[in-house]
Amino acid sequence: MAIRWGSYKVANLHDELLRASGKPRPYAQDLCDYLRDLSDAEIIEYKAAADSAIQVMGITFRVYNDEEGSIDRAWPFDIIPRLIDKKEWNDIEIGLKQRVKALNMFIDDLYNQQNIIKDGIFPADLLDKSKNFLHECKGFSPPLGVWAHICGSDLVRDDKGTVYVLEDNLRVPSGVSYMLENRQVMKRVFPEMFEKMNIMPVDDYASDLYDMLAAMSPRDIAEPEIVVLTPGTYNSAYFEHAYLAQQMGAELVEGPDLVVAEDDCVYMRTINGLSRVDVVYRRIDDWFLDPEVFNPESTLGVPGIMRAWKAGNVALANAPGSGVADDKVVYAFVPDIIRYYLNEEPILQNVPTYKCVNEDERAYVLENIASMVVKPANESGGYGMLIGPHSNAKEHDKFRKLIKADPRNYVAQPMLILSTAPVMVDTKVEPRHLDLRPFILSGKDVKVTMGGLTRVAMIRGSTVVNSSQGGGSKDTWIVDMEGS
Amino acid sequence: MLSRVANNLCWLGRYLERAENTARIINVNSNLLLDLPKSISLGWEPIVDILSYRELFYSTHKEAVERNVINFMVADQKNHGSIISALSSARENARTIREIIPREAWEQINELFSYAKENCQKAQARRSRYGFLNEIIQSNQTITGILAGTMTHDEGYEFLRIGRNLERADMTTRIIDVRSASLLQETETSQSAFENLQWMSVLKSLTAYQMYRREVRLRIRRPDVLKFLLLEDRFPRSLLHTLQQVELGLKQLPNHEAAIKQIRVVENQLLEANPQTLIQEKLHEFIDDMQLGLNTIFDKINQTYFPYNN
Repeated sequence: MAIRWGSYKVANLHDELLRASGKPRPYAQDLCDYLRDLSDAEIIEYKAAADSAIQVMGITFRVYNDEEGSIDRAWPFDIIPRLIDKKEWNDIEIGLKQRVKALNMFIDDLYNQQNIIKDGIFPADLLDKSKNFLHECKGFSPPLGVWAHICGSDLVRDDKGTVYVLEDNLRVPSGVSYMLENRQVMKRVFPEMFEKMNIMPVDDYASDLYDMLAAMSPRDIAEPEIVVLTPGTYNSAYFEHAYLAQQMGAELVEGPDLVVAEDDCVYMRTINGLSRVDVVYRRIDDWFLDPEVFNPESTLGVPGIMRAWKAGNVALANAPGSGVADDKVVYAFVPDIIRYYLNEEPILQNVPTYKCVNEDERAYVLENIASMVVKPANESGGYGMLIGPHSNAKEHDKFRKLIKADPRNYVAQPMLILSTAPVMVDTKVEPRHLDLRPFILSGKDVKVTMGGLTRVAMIRGSTVVNSSQGGGSKDTWIVDMEGS
Repeated sequence: MLSRVANNLCWLGRYLERAENTARIINVNSNLLLDLPKSISLGWEPIVDILSYRELFYSTHKEAVERNVINFMVADQKNHGSIISALSSARENARTIREIIPREAWEQINELFSYAKENCQKAQARRSRYGFLNEIIQSNQTITGILAGTMTHDEGYEFLRIGRNLERADMTTRIIDVRSASLLQETETSQSAFENLQWMSVLKSLTAYQMYRREVRLRIRRPDVLKFLLLEDRFPRSLLHTLQQVELGLKQLPNHEAAIKQIRVVENQLLEANPQTLIQEKLHEFIDDMQLGLNTIFDKINQTYFPYNN
């Protein structure tokens, strides 16, 4: 037999499927038994089946490299799913809803009354220095006060089993298409498991997204025109843009396809002439969105779209300026933000975060940098960060200097020992670190995906899960034990 | 339908057709040269002329010898009309409208480009040339078949078809023009021994030989060949047929009046032509008129449907 759970090393880590070597968690028992009974030949066959499904379905992401320029790469995928007990998931779901609700209230407040600053909870100077606070949005409030309609929050679990929110992505979070396609691949490869276990479905995301976007339409019509605005085929997430447009039956547009007319409405250029657009699900960053207001060099955006948005003639998801709440310095304040707006205790925990802007916290970070993770405030995708324990003294010094030069731009966290799950390496299983990105839709109601996108660091010992840096992914099964 | 998408579909049709036609022309020329006596040397220059790339070609090459012309027309990425460039553009166009065209078609286009890129050296050696070019032609036919058989015949499909037929019309006129100009001096009565061969090659460049034979049982004569290639409305590569196809496509689209009016103008001109009298200079002038006509049709289509893209 190929997989021996008895020789799978759990050690002092928290593993998502096993509580100790050879001892599956109750909700993973069926899966582990099933995998144990597979022969090498079957494992090879199933891996090949998954690879070919990915190839045939054209699931790709784009990477840039110096030699070949930009190329489409097949999505790296591990066939062993990551399981979560539905009972635990219910709590996480409530926690995510609470968090996103508070974040939206925070953004709305920052652009209007700024009560949270007046009440001394959030320091005014942090806002002044924020790159993502858009002065153009001041005094404006989108319908329902919702700014971040689509949020992707990254969750991790430490060696004690506690779930933490690592960061919230409120600008243009990506990955949801891979969550959906991973499930399609798994259904093709392991149909038996779906019959045997009670695995919660994820397929309704596209229609939930459509409903949420349609409800934002400024015109009260039966079929509002919804478009997905993409930077184009060279964007790393282009596959996802095309996928979501296709799944929703929305037009996939590029900046030059849209025009803002003198009536401050947005139109798309069709073969019938100009046709009114009601809702834009934009997948380009604020900075490129409107050359009239932001980067004048931008050819990806739509001149005048901010005008149309402020006039209430078009809905933008996510609203420009939402990013003010997802930089890593604001992150440190989220527990206070939840308490302030909702008068509730946070359900999901933050990773303890040291704000380098505060002198004593900065001193602690500079002292202990070798054991910490240092993150710049405004970068995503794992760029520009320092993982202390995996770096040398020279790199530590470099970051000490960076922090001293611009303390506001840095936060630091203790190095979490992330949980692991088994991945297939050839025909054997080995533990790898992973995280989870659920997606939260906010409109009239707040909805959370059943699970999310599980990202795995495919390199032994690594904790970097970004697909741009060698990460892979797994299907995520929320397992209902009571229903089975 | 978005203008950009419609424009991309139109050009996807054009690029694919261009790659196929170029492959056909090279194949036919290779064959023709084997048949002609050494004293009549047509060489490879006409191929460069057919596609109006004379200037570009001579800016980088001294002589229009086989090796240079083949490389220029097949593998040269700087030549936008080369097979590899046309397929690369087709692939880029297809990629940006991946959600519009059937997945199978995208995969086939993708594969065709990879094949051409990896194997374009095969076009150099005469022995492997035919196989390589034939693969290009066949794959393109497969793509056309997939699109016809699996894509909803909606507005997008019509744009593809319009693009394909405009390109085909363009190529048909070019081939007639250049080939007839390079023919040996002729009179209305006498025909040189090899003229027959050359008119055959004109037909073959347009895969019209067999179909021509079925229609015209007499020996191959210029007026009959011209009549067939220009006016035989049932032959899919004749000028009249391609114009009618563009018109049929346009009829499925909104706001087609201006473009169709333009087609009618060209069509009438074409129907009035008398192949008997189209000799040398007159033929050249006539083809020039047709080409101008095709350009005005394309301009009208551009103005109507893609006013923002130009």
